[in-house]
Amino acid sequence: MLQILTPEGELVGDPPVDIPMTRRLYRAMVAARLYDRKATSIQKQGRLATYAPFEGQEAAQVGSAAVLSPDDWMVATYRDAAAMWMQGYPWELLLAGRTGHERGGSPPDHVNVLPPSITVGAHMLHAVGLAWAERMQGTDRIAITYFGDGATSEGDFHEAMNFAAVFRTGTVFLCQNNHYAISMGIEGQMATETIAQKAGAYGIPGVRVDGNDLFAIYRATSDAVERARRGNGPTLIEAVTYRLGPHTTSDDPTRYRLEEEVEQWRPRDPLERVRRYLETNQAWDEEWQKLIEGEEGAVVERAVQLAESLSAPDVDDLFDSMFAEPTSDLENQRRLLETEGG
Amino acid sequence: MAVLTLAQAITDALDTALDQDDRVLLMGEDVGKTGGVFRVSNGLYEKYGSARIIDAPVAESGIIGTAFGMAVAGMRPVAEIQFMGFSYPAYDQIVSHVGRIRNRSRHRFTAPMVIRMPYGGGIGAAEHHSESTESIYAHTPGVKVVVPSTPYDAKGMLLQAIDDPDPVIFLEPIRLYRSVKEEIPDGPYRVPLGLARVLVPGDDVTIITYGAMTAEGRKAVAILAQEGVSAELIDLRSIVPFDVDTVVESVEKTGRAVVVHEAHRTAGFGAEVVAQIQERALFSLFAPVQRVTGWDMIVPLKLAEHHYVPTADRIVAAVGKTLED
Repeated sequence: MLQILTPEGELVGDPPVDIPMTRRLYRAMVAARLYDRKATSIQKQGRLATYAPFEGQEAAQVGSAAVLSPDDWMVATYRDAAAMWMQGYPWELLLAGRTGHERGGSPPDHVNVLPPSITVGAHMLHAVGLAWAERMQGTDRIAITYFGDGATSEGDFHEAMNFAAVFRTGTVFLCQNNHYAISMGIEGQMATETIAQKAGAYGIPGVRVDGNDLFAIYRATSDAVERARRGNGPTLIEAVTYRLGPHTTSDDPTRYRLEEEVEQWRPRDPLERVRRYLETNQAWDEEWQKLIEGEEGAVVERAVQLAESLSAPDVDDLFDSMFAEPTSDLENQRRLLETEGG
Repeated sequence: MAVLTLAQAITDALDTALDQDDRVLLMGEDVGKTGGVFRVSNGLYEKYGSARIIDAPVAESGIIGTAFGMAVAGMRPVAEIQFMGFSYPAYDQIVSHVGRIRNRSRHRFTAPMVIRMPYGGGIGAAEHHSESTESIYAHTPGVKVVVPSTPYDAKGMLLQAIDDPDPVIFLEPIRLYRSVKEEIPDGPYRVPLGLARVLVPGDDVTIITYGAMTAEGRKAVAILAQEGVSAELIDLRSIVPFDVDTVVESVEKTGRAVVVHEAHRTAGFGAEVVAQIQERALFSLFAPVQRVTGWDMIVPLKLAEHHYVPTADRIVAAVGKTLED
């Protein structure tokens, strides 16, 4: 398992980025954690629909998304807000999906990030088609797809890995192995030792990294993206991490895992080890920590306000969003709703 | 102008689209080197190469999920499912993603793609090869479902479907692939999607059908004419959208209607046709609307299939019921 920065903040390999870049990525992880905690807290106040927290997985998302070009494609899931935000998907739209507004699925025009996939596994195939289409159109854009350990049980995981391998598409498969598919632990999901080894079945590289190590994930993704961009095909990355929180705000993890297990993972926190590393290099102090928490916290607060200020879609928005031009069936149904009231 | 079968008309449409638009590609099982199991893509692999005529692994979800990604990224994929009965592994992609992306992204991302599916029975095929489960797709929001029954329509509707900014499921009646021929124009032309067509005008009863059942409908019209009954035959050509106006206009004229499809009876598309007729034209009716359909059973194999697939005689009998006092 590739590791560059230990949980104690010590280097055991070459860091892939310099100190200023490490500070930027650390700041992004701080922002992601603030967002995640804010979303969890306003969900508890009934202001969001069920929310899927990602605390503990910040390095896996921030470190991997950091290596992408701005116009690369990303196809991710409901637990990947940090990765999507890194690629330009605004916090307020990620929140809007949870306040119950379809506008949340519509990122700005220059952002090539599909709205988060709610069904598990099917979206990996989309990243195969996206990358393939870009090659056909002569660009060097690649596609990265994020999924969890649970998704590797789906048939579409196999089909996506196989298609990507056979047609050598520029797709990066980034699996965050957070050890649980809701309540099902990894040992109940698969009989293989690792997820990375599954890549061998498709004839593509599989890499296992410490998913809580910003530098390891950055290095592995960087290699995979470069390989994809050069036309050398897909890579499977298994980022070994841990979901410190529940599956969603509706979940009670005490029913299926022991608190002692969670406590074992807390010292491996992805933010703390980078903080220690920066401190050792005189690139972190409490004053700066307060500054970035204040600034990023204010950004998240504004995002919450923006998301909550969106007025509900009107009836026309519903009927006009199914096709480029509403069908005669929908026009008839729109008239029915108008006459029946609704 | 050339005289083409329905299968050849589809080949012609694919060839025309591939020639006109670099974004168009064909992907499916055995569509390349063999030209497809029905030879519908004959010659295209040689002409356009393996990058655009893509022989895919046997994985329907993979084909549709990948084609979806291609469509989102700006291509115009035509995905072939070898037989409709093999489409179900891809249903999740269709219902969860293909038919949804425009809505869930509020037009930011779209999936302009065509999913071709040979469908229907009457040729004594193996199990799973005679399915007519179009209701499943008609019940799936965000996709159009069209069914040509003539070579002219097949070419014009496929070219229109490829141009359509939204996903279109294009059903090809296996039974008509080679049994109908007509002269059709060279080069591109388009037939709008969502419009029914009156195949035979008549005054006494309206027979509403689509796809392969238009052939039985034509036979029934001829038998009825000998009996002095003037039947109007409507080919829906599209079930989503459903051209209810053409149907209602006809039923208001004739006062009688029979809906025919080879799909299973319960919740078949005929039920929707009947429901909309009674919503819009109940007081024009002289008799209850009849349905002639397949049954709620697995399509029988060759030796007993004739008990399942509707025939002209069954249509004539149903028309007879609408003519009873």
